[in-house]
Order: sequence, then C-alpha cells, then structure tokens
Amino acid sequence: MHETTGAKVFRIVTITLLSIFTIIPIYVMVISGMKPLQDVQNEFSWWPSTLTLQPYVDMWQTVPLASYFMNSVIVSTVATVLSLIIAIFASYAISRYKFRGRSVFSGTVLSTQMLPGVLFLLPLFLIFVNINTNFGIQLVGTRTGLIITYLTFSLPFSIWMLAGYFDGIPRELDEAAKVDGCGPMRALIRVILPAARPGLVAVAIYSFMTSWGEVLFASVMTTDANRTLAVGLQLYSTQTNVYWNQIMAASVVVSIPIVIGFLLLQKNFVAGLTAGAVK
Amino acid sequence: MSAVSASTAVKKSGAAAGAPGGKARKARRKGWWLPYALLAPAVIFELVIHVIPMVTGIWMSFLKLTKMFIANWGNAPFIGLKNYAVALDFNSAVGMGLLKSFGITVAFTIIVVGLSWGFGMAAAIALQKAFRGRAVFRTLFLIPYALPMYAGVIAWKFMLQKDSGALNHLLFDNLGLPGDKPFWLIGDNAFAAVVVVAIWRLWPFAFLMLMAGLQSIPTDVYEASAVDGAKPLRQWWAITLPMLRPINMVLVLVMFLWTFNDFNTPFVLFGGSQPPAGDLISFHIYNASFLTWNFGSGAAMSVLLLLFLLVVSGIYLLFMNRRKDNA
Repeated sequence: MHETTGAKVFRIVTITLLSIFTIIPIYVMVISGMKPLQDVQNEFSWWPSTLTLQPYVDMWQTVPLASYFMNSVIVSTVATVLSLIIAIFASYAISRYKFRGRSVFSGTVLSTQMLPGVLFLLPLFLIFVNINTNFGIQLVGTRTGLIITYLTFSLPFSIWMLAGYFDGIPRELDEAAKVDGCGPMRALIRVILPAARPGLVAVAIYSFMTSWGEVLFASVMTTDANRTLAVGLQLYSTQTNVYWNQIMAASVVVSIPIVIGFLLLQKNFVAGLTAGAVK
Repeated sequence: MSAVSASTAVKKSGAAAGAPGGKARKARRKGWWLPYALLAPAVIFELVIHVIPMVTGIWMSFLKLTKMFIANWGNAPFIGLKNYAVALDFNSAVGMGLLKSFGITVAFTIIVVGLSWGFGMAAAIALQKAFRGRAVFRTLFLIPYALPMYAGVIAWKFMLQKDSGALNHLLFDNLGLPGDKPFWLIGDNAFAAVVVVAIWRLWPFAFLMLMAGLQSIPTDVYEASAVDGAKPLRQWWAITLPMLRPINMVLVLVMFLWTFNDFNTPFVLFGGSQPPAGDLISFHIYNASFLTWNFGSGAAMSVLLLLFLLVVSGIYLLFMNRRKDNA
C-alpha cells in the first residue's frame, strides 16, 4: 500500500521527537556515570572533560551497594517465585472449575489490584510492629517481612493474568490428557503449564520488575539489614557532597540485568499481557 | 498442604479415568473439594496480605492512633468518625491539605494519562508499517518501561538540578533562553517536572499495549477502506479506534489507577518532602502518617481514597459496558 506524504511526515516527526525524549535521560545517566566528581557538580556538559570508570569503582565503597544488590535479588526472586506458584494453582482452579465462591474470590483479587499501596502500608506496618511486640518475631527490617509486603502487588496480578492466560488454552487439551489417564494435577503440570509458558514468563518478568523497582514498602520496611537498591541508591548524598556520578553509575549497573532480561523476553511479555488483559 | 491433597486427587481421578460415564460423574462429584484445595494457599495469603490489613486499616481509621499508641495500638482510644470529620473539614489545615493534594492529583492524572496515551498511540501507528530500523525504535521506546523505576527517576532528578542539570543547560546555555535558570524541583515548576517524568515512564506501556492491539487488526480492512477512498485520519477514527476498544478500556483504567496512586515518582524525584505543587495524594497520605505519626488520620485518608477509586472505577466500567451493549 502506498504511504501518503502526510503519513510519512507524521511518522518521521513522531519517531524523532519521541526518540529524543526517550534517549536524553538515558544518555545523561550513562555519560554522567563516567565523569569525575567536579564535572557533575559544576555546570552540565554533554561530553565529559575526562572519561573515567572511577565512579564504577568508588560506588561500592560509598554505600554498601553489593549488600543492597543481594537483598534486592533475594527479595525480588523469592516474591516472584512464591506468587507464581500460588497463582498457578489458584488460576487453574478459577479457569477450569465452576465452584461456589469463585466469583467472590476472583472479584476480591481483581479489586485489590486497584488499591493504592499506601492503604496496605500503614496496617501492615502496624501489624508487623504488633507481632514483634506480642510474639517477639521481627518482621520490619527483615527480608521475610519485605517479601510478604511485595506479595500485595505481585500475587493479585499473577492470579489475574494467569487465569486469563489459562482461559485461552483450549479445553480439548485437558480432555485429551484425561483420556490418556491424567488426573487434574498431572494435566496441569504436563499439559497446561507447558502450553502457558509465554504467560508464565510474562508474569514472572512483571513480578520481578515491579519488585525490583518497588520503593514505597522498601522505604518503610527496611533498615540497614535488608535495605534494597531502591532505597540504597538514595544514600549517595552526604552533607558535603552528592555523588551524582556514582549514583548514575550505580543506576546503570542496577538497570542492565533487568533491561536486558526484559528486552530478550519482550515478545512473551506483550503476548502474555494482552492475553491476560483483554479477557 | 495442597501438595498432599493434590497427589491424592491424582490417584482418585486416575483410577476413575476411562470408566463409563456414570462412574466418571461420580468421581467428579467426589472431587468437589479439589478447586478449594487448589485455592487454599492463595486464600491464606490473600487473607494475610489484603483482607486482614484492609480490615485493620478501616478499624485504624476510627482510632486516635498517634505516636503514643503505635507499639500497642490495641489501647488507642476509639473516636468514631472524628478522623474523617477532620480530613473532610476543609477549614482545617488537614482537610485543606488533603483537598489541595486531591486537586493536584486529579490534574496530574488527567494530563499524564492523556498524554501517555497520545504518545503511545502515535508511536504505535508510526511503527505499524514495516521499515528499515523499526525494531531499533521499538526496543528504544520500551527502555524507560524496562528500567527500574527509581533509576529512571533519579536520572531525571539529576537532569532537573538548577545549576548542574542538563535541562537548564540545554534551555539556557545551548538554546539561549533569556533570564535566570529556574528551580524545577521546588516551587511551582515542580508540578511540570513530576508530570514530565511520569509521562516518560508511562507512555511506553501505552505504546506496548497499543502496538499489540494494532497487530491484531487484519490489514485487509484497511485495504478495503482505502479502495473506498478513506484517508488515514478517517481510517484511524472509523477502523483503528473501534477495533482497539477492548484494549483501550483496560489500558485507560490501569493507567488511571497507577497514575492516581503513584507514590514512587514524587517520592524519588523530590526526596523526603514534596513541594506543595507536587503534593500527590499517595505521598501526601504517607507523609501525613509517618511525619506526624498520626496513623489514624492517615488510615481515614486512605479509606477515603479507596472509596473514591472504587466509585470512579465502578462508574467507568458501567459506562463502558453500557456502550458495548448499545454498539
């Protein structure tokens, strides 16, 4: 089909403007991570006077970045795996069985998705404090406590999206498995889960990304012992200096694994997200 | 726990499989508890992370839950609707603050969702037809969404510094704008700053969803209408938009809820205390609770926010479903 001039102009202008808008902060992040400290404290320059990788070395000393990194990896991974496992069973039940209470359950799950995190933050914080007072179990400042709070957003999303995804898998597959002598659980593991792999990948990526980037719970529920990157990255300011070059270098480092992972798996993500969303 | 019940289920229905219809039906009736067993872990966790906190939160909103009672909030005095009365009394400092923050959040949400949708739509259309380099731009546009949110926002925070920031350098040193370099993160400019950063983060998501939606529209519809002499704009209005309806319905609702509840963007951008112009509601409630340690008041504000979101989402869904029925 022939493209009109108007359409071509529209395409070029749109792509140019949005590319500039998208790139500039990323460029500033990358380039500033390779500047000496005086360079980022004075007037901005688009190109550094000296290119250096020193910020990438210093950033591990200025704050305990490695330990924050470790906390983020553990908390995000456990929260992702846990919500995925729980969601697989729940979504299978919702998608394949009619039972009393089904709509109440899925309605509750769906509605918790739209609630502000701050609504759960205050009560969870108080409940955690209370558990500590009454039972001596410390949750604020531990990874376990953080993982529980992260489930507040990753679990409902996982259930919602997987149920939509399972619905899209033809029931004939289940029937065929049944004919072959599989019970429901074996059908789930042998037939449904392999068929739902793009959906599972999408849910896992999404849970991991949101946990990795979570700030609200992390800012309240963490102390020195379990601090995540989201909070740790804000600690590069001292009374005398803000180490912008090290902050930018650290930002690059915490971004690289997740951006690469996302870009590699983005096809699955798009397919899974739209399948789950348009149900 | 569910693993145990699940393995017995396998044995039972495994034995029943292949049997005549009557027996199979009996086995199915026998397995009535299976969905509940599958659901059990999710129900337990939902209780712990959502139901109990929500009930606690509503209960908290009726208490005089100040600093003195935090460690043992069972002893906090019950004060009925007083927290709500204060939050809704627009002559009081608390009520006035909440109302202002609400107004700012509404404006913020409308601008951010509207522009993000527009940018996402424009980019999805611009990348709809194959051309050399399309994959590069598609990947590029997704990066702000893939970045951990705080990393992207901190980069903006650095760019928006008054003296060492890239934005003022671009505007005043490169482009030669007259006047003094302004502050972006304090004062009235803070609203524009948080809007731009929020759009930067959100529009790739709209792009992602709309791109997937556009791919699901068969091309022969466009070809047929082109034969009839339809111009691109007319095609967009008459074909693209109606075909994207199901996706748009979900997309707009999700973007509305995310943006309205956005805590992360202002928190990372402004640090601990927000400028009045960027006082978004989640951040406002957070500060009202943790700076003054008045959790009862914060809980009441949370419940009011919850009611507002439920009503708006409910009206939206009703309205959209009615339009679908009429169509």
